[in-house]
Amino acid sequence: MKLFSYNTVDTPIHCLSGFTKLLCFLLLTFAVMYSYDIRVVLLIMIFSIAILKVSRIQFSQIRTMVIYALIFIVTNAIISFFFSPEMGVEIYGTRHRIIKLVGNIYLTQEQLLYQVTKFFKYASVIPLGMIFLLTTNPSEFASSLNGVGIPYKASFAVALTLRYFPDIQRDYRDISLAQQARGLDLSHKAKFKDRFKNSLLTVIPLIFSTLDRIELISNAMDLRGFAKYKKRTWYTSKKLDRQDFTAIGISALIFIGSLCVSLFINHSRFYNPFI
Amino acid sequence: MKEYFKVSTKTIVATGLGAAIFMLLFMYVKVPSPVPETSFQTAYGLSGFFATLFGPIAGALISFIGHALSDAVQYGSPWWSWVIASGVSGFIFGFAFKRTNVEEGEFKGKDILTYNIIQIIGNVVAWIIVAPVLDILIYQEPASLVFTQGATAAIMNIISAGVFGTLLLVAYSATRTKKGSLSKK
Amino acid sequence: MNKQAIIEFDHFSFQYYSQSEPTLHDINLKIYPGEKILIIGPSGSGKSTLGHCINGLIPFAYKGEITGTLMIDDQNTKDLNIFELSKMVGTVLQDSDGQFVGLTAGEDIAFALENDNIPHDTMHERVRRVAQMVDMQDLLSSSPFELSGGQKQRTSLAGVMIDDVDILLFDEPLANLDPATGKTAIEIIDDIHRTSQKTIIIIEHRLEDVLHREIDRVIMLNDGRIVADMDAHTLVCSNLLKENGIREPLYITAMKYAGAKVSCDMLPGYISTLKTATCNEALCTWHNAIHEKTPINDKSSILKMDQVSFSYDGVRPVLQDICFDIREGEMVSLIGKNGAGKSTLSKLLCGFEKEDQGIIRYRGEDIKDKTIKERAEIIGLVMQNPNQMISKSLIYDEVALGLRLRNIPEEQIKPRIEKVLKVCGLSPFIEWPISALSYGQKKRVTIASILVLDPKILILDEPTAGQDFRHYSEIMEFLVELNKLGVTIILITHDMHLMLEYTPRAIVLAEGRLIADTTASFVLTDAQVIADANLKETSLFNLAHMAGIEDGTAFVQGFIDYERKLKNR
Repeated sequence: MKLFSYNTVDTPIHCLSGFTKLLCFLLLTFAVMYSYDIRVVLLIMIFSIAILKVSRIQFSQIRTMVIYALIFIVTNAIISFFFSPEMGVEIYGTRHRIIKLVGNIYLTQEQLLYQVTKFFKYASVIPLGMIFLLTTNPSEFASSLNGVGIPYKASFAVALTLRYFPDIQRDYRDISLAQQARGLDLSHKAKFKDRFKNSLLTVIPLIFSTLDRIELISNAMDLRGFAKYKKRTWYTSKKLDRQDFTAIGISALIFIGSLCVSLFINHSRFYNPFI
Repeated sequence: MKEYFKVSTKTIVATGLGAAIFMLLFMYVKVPSPVPETSFQTAYGLSGFFATLFGPIAGALISFIGHALSDAVQYGSPWWSWVIASGVSGFIFGFAFKRTNVEEGEFKGKDILTYNIIQIIGNVVAWIIVAPVLDILIYQEPASLVFTQGATAAIMNIISAGVFGTLLLVAYSATRTKKGSLSKK
Repeated sequence: MNKQAIIEFDHFSFQYYSQSEPTLHDINLKIYPGEKILIIGPSGSGKSTLGHCINGLIPFAYKGEITGTLMIDDQNTKDLNIFELSKMVGTVLQDSDGQFVGLTAGEDIAFALENDNIPHDTMHERVRRVAQMVDMQDLLSSSPFELSGGQKQRTSLAGVMIDDVDILLFDEPLANLDPATGKTAIEIIDDIHRTSQKTIIIIEHRLEDVLHREIDRVIMLNDGRIVADMDAHTLVCSNLLKENGIREPLYITAMKYAGAKVSCDMLPGYISTLKTATCNEALCTWHNAIHEKTPINDKSSILKMDQVSFSYDGVRPVLQDICFDIREGEMVSLIGKNGAGKSTLSKLLCGFEKEDQGIIRYRGEDIKDKTIKERAEIIGLVMQNPNQMISKSLIYDEVALGLRLRNIPEEQIKPRIEKVLKVCGLSPFIEWPISALSYGQKKRVTIASILVLDPKILILDEPTAGQDFRHYSEIMEFLVELNKLGVTIILITHDMHLMLEYTPRAIVLAEGRLIADTTASFVLTDAQVIADANLKETSLFNLAHMAGIEDGTAFVQGFIDYERKLKNR
């Protein structure tokens, strides 16, 4: 019933505080999102895969995610090519044709570089996210979010989502089975105009019984002083130690490095080998 | 206006639980559309419903958190441009808060119209402006592609938030009927 | 007592803005420091409202008009906000899943400290200390899904004790617990009272279970007024319980049946203090007179499980080698602690899950290949929470749903619905919106919506959970009526009274195995079954022993038969 298959393994990554991991995740994600330099993107990609190895995440844990993500990126690449086969030419300002495809559409070196870079840009974010999700105790999510500057009320809402998602999932399953027993058809066989109505029949009992709980839970929280002050402390927050500072330092360096490459070497977000 | 952005404990709890339901619907409860390989996200009907009941902050956070966490579970990392767009749509849906009589047990003609105008504005801003612009800024996606994608998403989500959200609000208003008017048969 | 009261209601009345009548009328009540008070009353008596006034949810979360004063620790509650009050009054709510907001037990216990900005190290130290008081110190990193109902409640208790409050308020602490865990909960509350000298207020309607340990005073509410304020002995001797719809302890009922006069000098408030010397003779005579043969059900088998085993993951068995045979027209209890496999068993019966091994037979026929939809026409399942089954706003539409989804023509639907609503006593409400109904009526709507498919067997999950004695009796008498019409009924329950009063036969599960399939009287008197299934011995059994009756099981059975005869008269 756990949302993420987080489990405690004794690796340097698991030992870092949730705050550190969130901050590093954000720094590296921004670094890779900002830069369109394939060298930078690939470096971060290799770095994140290395970290994935260090944190001893099994492939079985991430297989479904990898498949989903790959389908998404590949589809995006294909559609994106047919929508704008000249995008690369526009960006880099030159045209080196490689091969004529259909009609007027040519594959150019520029387009290839643009799309390969984009492919890895998307792909390198995935392992970063996985490392954060699979090595961070969900209990530390909220305190980490608060730590990076998200207001504590919003951070606590995230904790509540993680806390009650399994309850809601279980309720949904029970309700949906009970409604199927009454004859509800949730499959594709149902007529289109019935589909909205049918899914509504399982969702309404779920939502309305959840609304009842909202009042109860907020009473319980009020009674224990939630939102009394402008700040709050967290049971799960960890004091940062030397390893945390090292990790933040490395990520910050990569982030600054990525910015510097764009600003001072490429003089643009793009690395342009064609000029 | 200040009341719109007041965040009470109840708003936070509604946000947390609302986001959990959003996640569930986002991942598992899609209504297949007549066009192959596409489906309606009932989750946007839910965020429309919660936003109308609890306001823009709840609406924004429910869609943002719900979308970010489902992306994380499914793909390993949130797709920030679309997650942010989701949040924006929920925020705008929240302007239906206190503009309808749903809490008083009435959700008819004018209320339905108000809610739907607001949800259409929300979806248009989120999917035709925010999401494509972010896609271009972050990923340099071709404009023609992202605006086509955005327009499709806007239409789909307008239908989801319209049909599903309206039906939920109508059903909810029916539970708020006053007891006085009833007599046994 | 010349001590200063810690809680003092003075001509206190309260009316919710949404209601036309005050919920509390002119309450005058003093509670002294260190007292242990039980507040009792039927649903709607105002006992929860009184609790809300003490902990500050009124007027913080529920608005209304207050007249008179309520002083807590010499301060008028009008001048206090809920945060200040929460430092004096700690509340343990009945829904321990709702109160458990942390992702682990440790976080949940620390919740109040986090809100107070207590530094991390101090917080961990205090959490450890309080966890030890409720024996949760080894489970601090467990998630709520790994904890039992009792452990969740202890977490909640630790979560309010961490603030070192002077007053502890328990709102229906027994509602969601199995009998043995409920007994332990009462013992823990009592131990805390003894060791800490805190003022304890328990709001409950299950009198006998709370009186497992001593109480200083019982306050009884009805219709928003205090109708009794006395010690337990005086209360059970009086007629107040019956008059106000509270179930009296079973041993008292038995003594009254036996014609014994229950007086205060017998110390009858608690079974542990009761002196039966003066009425032993009467009890023995009654016991010997009420021997009766239970009629044997010789009808044919309707539902049979033959060596059924099941596992969700293929590794850990949830049900192992289950065999039983239920006959046409029986009313059976299915009992066992949480996680014993009761709900899984009902899921197998409804076809939600498929058995790995063994055969389920309906009237001799293997039903393995029947779909969920087809099974629903044989076996209907009524979920515990009616709100989780109701998807329409009108009663008629809700009950019609199952028929409409089966494409039955509308003109055939109408007579079937009218018939089933009549059976369920809902005909007068046929055009009402469901939201206007009470909980018990909603329950009936869900039963009607299942019955309309004409199942021969009805499974009900905790049909009376959270109901007071009157509503409990209403629901159960309704089920008895249905049963008489020929519907076989299986009840999944934690409620020992229910089993004792209404189901001659009980099937007991523990750790996925069937450990007993016998009479209710045997289940509630056999030490081994009681221990394995987390049950509690019935007080009737203790009474029999005190009166010198050797065969306690026979005494309990005699009591059941006698009651049934009274009812059928």
